[in-house]
Amino acid sequence: MSEQRQRPASQQAAAASAPAEAQAVTAVTAAGVALRGDDIDTDRIMPARFLRAVSFEGLERHVFEDDRNANPRHPFNRLAKNAGVLVVNGNFGCGSSREHAPQGLRRAGIRAIVGESFSEIFQGNAAMIGVPCVAGAHADVERLQTLVEEQPDVEITVDVRTGTVTAGRRSFTATLPPAQREAFLRGQWNPTAMLLDRFEDVRAVAARQPYISGF
Amino acid sequence: MAETLFQKVWNSHAVRTLPSGQTQLFVGLHLIHEVTTPQAFDMLRRHGWRVAFPDRTFATIDHIVPTTRRERPFLDVTAEEMTAALERNCRDFGITLWPPDDENQGIVHVIGPELGLTQPGMTIACGDSHTSTHGALGAVAFGIGTSQVRDVLASQCLALDPLKVRRIDVHGRLNLGVYAKDVILTIIRRLGVEGGVGFAYEYGGSTIDAMTIDERMTICNMSIEGGARAGYVNPDETTFAFLRGRRYAPAGAAFDRAVAWWRTIASDANAAYDDTVRFDAASMEPTVTWGINPGQSVGVNEPIEGDPGDEAFAFMDFRPGARVAGTKIDVAFIGSCTNGRLSDLEAAVDIVRGHRVAPHVRALVVPGSQAVRRAAEARGLHEVFIDAGFEWRGAGCSMCLGMNTDRLEGRQISASSSNRNFKGRQGSPTGRTLLMSPAMVAAAAIAGEVVDVRTMLAGAPA
Repeated sequence: MSEQRQRPASQQAAAASAPAEAQAVTAVTAAGVALRGDDIDTDRIMPARFLRAVSFEGLERHVFEDDRNANPRHPFNRLAKNAGVLVVNGNFGCGSSREHAPQGLRRAGIRAIVGESFSEIFQGNAAMIGVPCVAGAHADVERLQTLVEEQPDVEITVDVRTGTVTAGRRSFTATLPPAQREAFLRGQWNPTAMLLDRFEDVRAVAARQPYISGF
Repeated sequence: MAETLFQKVWNSHAVRTLPSGQTQLFVGLHLIHEVTTPQAFDMLRRHGWRVAFPDRTFATIDHIVPTTRRERPFLDVTAEEMTAALERNCRDFGITLWPPDDENQGIVHVIGPELGLTQPGMTIACGDSHTSTHGALGAVAFGIGTSQVRDVLASQCLALDPLKVRRIDVHGRLNLGVYAKDVILTIIRRLGVEGGVGFAYEYGGSTIDAMTIDERMTICNMSIEGGARAGYVNPDETTFAFLRGRRYAPAGAAFDRAVAWWRTIASDANAAYDDTVRFDAASMEPTVTWGINPGQSVGVNEPIEGDPGDEAFAFMDFRPGARVAGTKIDVAFIGSCTNGRLSDLEAAVDIVRGHRVAPHVRALVVPGSQAVRRAAEARGLHEVFIDAGFEWRGAGCSMCLGMNTDRLEGRQISASSSNRNFKGRQGSPTGRTLLMSPAMVAAAAIAGEVVDVRTMLAGAPA
């Protein structure tokens, strides 16, 4: 136990000396890809057989693989190189907590997702790898999907700071949970270093748990 | 001030408010498995970080483990590689691991409670969305992604926003043939698969009070299918009795002190909830899913309702107005973290005894853990299953998600006691899943088609 308690100090030093990985994400600008449908689950985004690996490498090849095979016209079958903003509908990313889903999307070039709503675990996992999932009103999101379908090259800007999405001459409100927004703007969306920052506080909280102190 | 269990546990585990406004939350128990951790350990190695609390971290192999031949190395090369990776990671970082040949191995959400690791008043995290299961014992437990697994390994903490709490009251007695699975499917059907986003679900009321811990686990397990990241039941005498004598539960005088503390963790009688909903147990029916998410369910004899344009109808080959009863099945699967415990196998055996699996049905029983398997064998349940034509397997996740070789083929239809009917969930991209209670799966296996289990229960009207 005492040895274990020595560890965090060196860990803290390591955290402090590690180059800052996380940079502020204030806005994402890219072409879009529209994917229609509510309740698109993470099994569909990344079927379980592609979780049979010890790394995330190459997951971009398998994003929506079964849906793409079933539907030649699936938007990810003709994903443009410059497509970086995914536009979805309600409860996107429900189901499994597999980070492989947002990892695959990120590796396929998706840097922000605009939707009507998101599963909490998916939205959190995406945030942890620097991908904001902003939520807007149904009519606004559908209109954006139509625009992207009609003009695939239209540039979309997801502004995390102002909570707006702009495409062409249109703008609408699309926001993040407030603390997640702050984390993006502060460059703290990858929080490990921060969590290691005051390890003595963590030890104190641990020590006061009856199930750790032996009741 | 009166508080809910969620608020008490959250507050007692809050380390500080981070600059973003998120809470730095201490994780009391971290459970890990082979699928969502190798990348997290790689990140630790890259930074030179150690595991902050190896003695609060426990590992097992469940998702990819073969349920037939268990000798190492596995014939499935990838399964062997992933198992070996977790073995190496646990060795290098000083974490207790129950490997495939260990008597404690099993689905992580089955073994946590079984070993007494899961206790009231804890925060519990695991890289698996069904971590909500552990809330059945009065813990605040939720699924996390791999980057968060890295954070918990390195710091034993998460950066999170607190949840709101919805009280779900279920009152009255369940009718014969209606099980915990039917209760949670009914709850999700009414509240929707997105209704729980932002909430923890607190289950209570006389129906829940009367339930065993196994039944409460089935309910809490599927909270995430309703969008709620966490679900829990306040600890009570049933909880304490369940925990007494388990390997990692406190013993002797410490157990009594623990019970005294666990009582204080329960929600206060006058606690305020962000929302409250009420269900009547007596009106619940044996329930089956017909669609491609767990909210698309219906009483087994009721007509399916819905928009004919919904892709679920085309995928599942159902029509609005049709009934699920009478649907021919190809596969029957009894198992999973939802319904792979001893009481689930007992409920199935009650139906199976004296019958044979229909000739066209492939039927599997996959115990949730090796302990469940041993206990079932000690009671002779395996003989009933085998005599009836079921395959009796080793412990693991198996066909719930088809990460090992237990998978549907082509357009097969499965009657399954698992938790998700998503497209492709059981390993075939075009395979179809009908979720139901283990007793209903057993009944379907014998009849060869979906039937109302009440017609097969002793004492049921002829």
